[in-house]
Amino acid sequence: MIEAVSSGTPDGAEAVPVPASPRSVVSLRDVTKRFSNGTLALSRMTMDIRKGEFVSLLGPSGCGKSTALRIIAGLGRASQGMVDWPASRIGRDGRPDADIGFVFQEPTLMPWKPVFDNAFLPLRLKGMGKGEVRDRVMGALETVGLKDFAKAYPRELSGGMRMRVSIARALVTDPKLLLMDEPFGALDEITRQKLNDDVLRLWSEKDLTVVFVTHSVFEAAYLSSRIAVMGARPGRVVADMLLPRPEGRERDEGFRSSDTYADLCRTVSQALVHAIAAPAAEDA
Amino acid sequence: MDMAIEPASTDETPGLGRSRLLRVAVPAIMLGLTLLAWEVYVRVNAVPPYILPAPSLVAQTLVKDWGTLYPALLVTLRITFSALILALIGGTLLAVLLVQSKWVELALYPYAVILQVTPIVAIAPLILVYVSSTQAAIMICAFLVAFFPILSNMVQGLKSVDHNLLNLYDLYGASRWQQLRLLKLPAALPYFMTGLKIGGGLSLIAAVVAEFAAGSAGAGSGLAFRLLEAQYRLNIPRLFAALVLLSATGVAIFALTSVVAWLSLRRWHESALAREN
Repeated sequence: MIEAVSSGTPDGAEAVPVPASPRSVVSLRDVTKRFSNGTLALSRMTMDIRKGEFVSLLGPSGCGKSTALRIIAGLGRASQGMVDWPASRIGRDGRPDADIGFVFQEPTLMPWKPVFDNAFLPLRLKGMGKGEVRDRVMGALETVGLKDFAKAYPRELSGGMRMRVSIARALVTDPKLLLMDEPFGALDEITRQKLNDDVLRLWSEKDLTVVFVTHSVFEAAYLSSRIAVMGARPGRVVADMLLPRPEGRERDEGFRSSDTYADLCRTVSQALVHAIAAPAAEDA
Repeated sequence: MDMAIEPASTDETPGLGRSRLLRVAVPAIMLGLTLLAWEVYVRVNAVPPYILPAPSLVAQTLVKDWGTLYPALLVTLRITFSALILALIGGTLLAVLLVQSKWVELALYPYAVILQVTPIVAIAPLILVYVSSTQAAIMICAFLVAFFPILSNMVQGLKSVDHNLLNLYDLYGASRWQQLRLLKLPAALPYFMTGLKIGGGLSLIAAVVAEFAAGSAGAGSGLAFRLLEAQYRLNIPRLFAALVLLSATGVAIFALTSVVAWLSLRRWHESALAREN
């Protein structure tokens, strides 16, 4: 696991990531969210997501990690503070143009449409015809290994396969930023590990930037290049950890059983314990 | 994994074919036995035909009076189906309108409820006064009855869309029209089908009830009037024949709406899928 070899990369051996470039894909400045019932879900969250990062938002339930993700996606508005997209063109609706892919907790597929049409949806909503983007959609399905299932209906697929369709749909627009909201929480351990590996492979192959919400220390430690540990009541970032990857991006079964991984998990776990124990911020 | 996509195998197993045969045979034999018992009872007790005609006599009357009954059947069918189609269009359009805004719903929904809960027999005389053509008046009555279940089911369906799918459409900047056409209407299809099944049966019932209330006579009258007429004349075999035709129409409407529902939902909705364990 010394060399970072990624067989599918078009440009060959250049798969080693550029260490966090200074350019932010999205930056949050003092983002605060108070729900209409008065709950303070997020308190002054400031964070820069840089290009090429795999950032996990890790924390206990109720710490506002999903809320933060939704605000980044533009699905909810911040009560205070701002979300900025320094590198993106902003569309008429105030959202960055075609720059976000979102994977929900559930596969969230339209059961009345076959797999192809589900993955085609984002392009269809942009006004593109089925014929002109057929190859693109099939390409997205191929990257998640579902090329042969294009005509199947969601109910005919297993839970893991449905999640893959959801990922293909998120990737079909070639987003600058992929947001994933506890995507594999409902899956069994084996499927989950397989999908984790798939997501990592896509991350390096497609040079994606990923924000990944999870409450699993092991998942965060396995996947991330950076972990933002969040605390609850009010939701805020307590620790921001860069995980060095001196050996490249390689993550596999060997890594899973390595001491490096065990140490990493321990460190992250301790940070999480601190986050839960930490007193709430003074401005709460 | 590959087997997940295979369609469920059909009539491969011999047991399945036999059970399918039995599903047809059992009710058919039961029906035959009932008719036989009826026939035997009437013959043995020499029940006069103006009290209870034997099934054989009803069948004969059906053939003999076909010239009278068939045009009446056509009239009833025309009223029933035009009322149903209007109710489907009207119910769906109003449902789409109601879910556009909470205020529209607050303003209009009470009228739909009032129309629904007021017994149709009570409104029929008024409609007969206002509308010059009896046929049209009967159709309006049938429409009013069939309209509500379609409306309320559609409203429910349009509101029951998966919130994450709505979020997804928002995320990709879908227009309201795209959201309605690609997401809300297809998601409401199972509810629409429920409305169709209920509305189909109700429109026939309402057409008959309204015709009773109208009591119209002449060339353009439907089966309900022929039924009343037969009763006045104590022509009980013909009354039974008209009744048989009405029942058959009801069964046909039920079968038709069920097939339509099954055809449109069979690939994806739980209600149309066989459960395999």
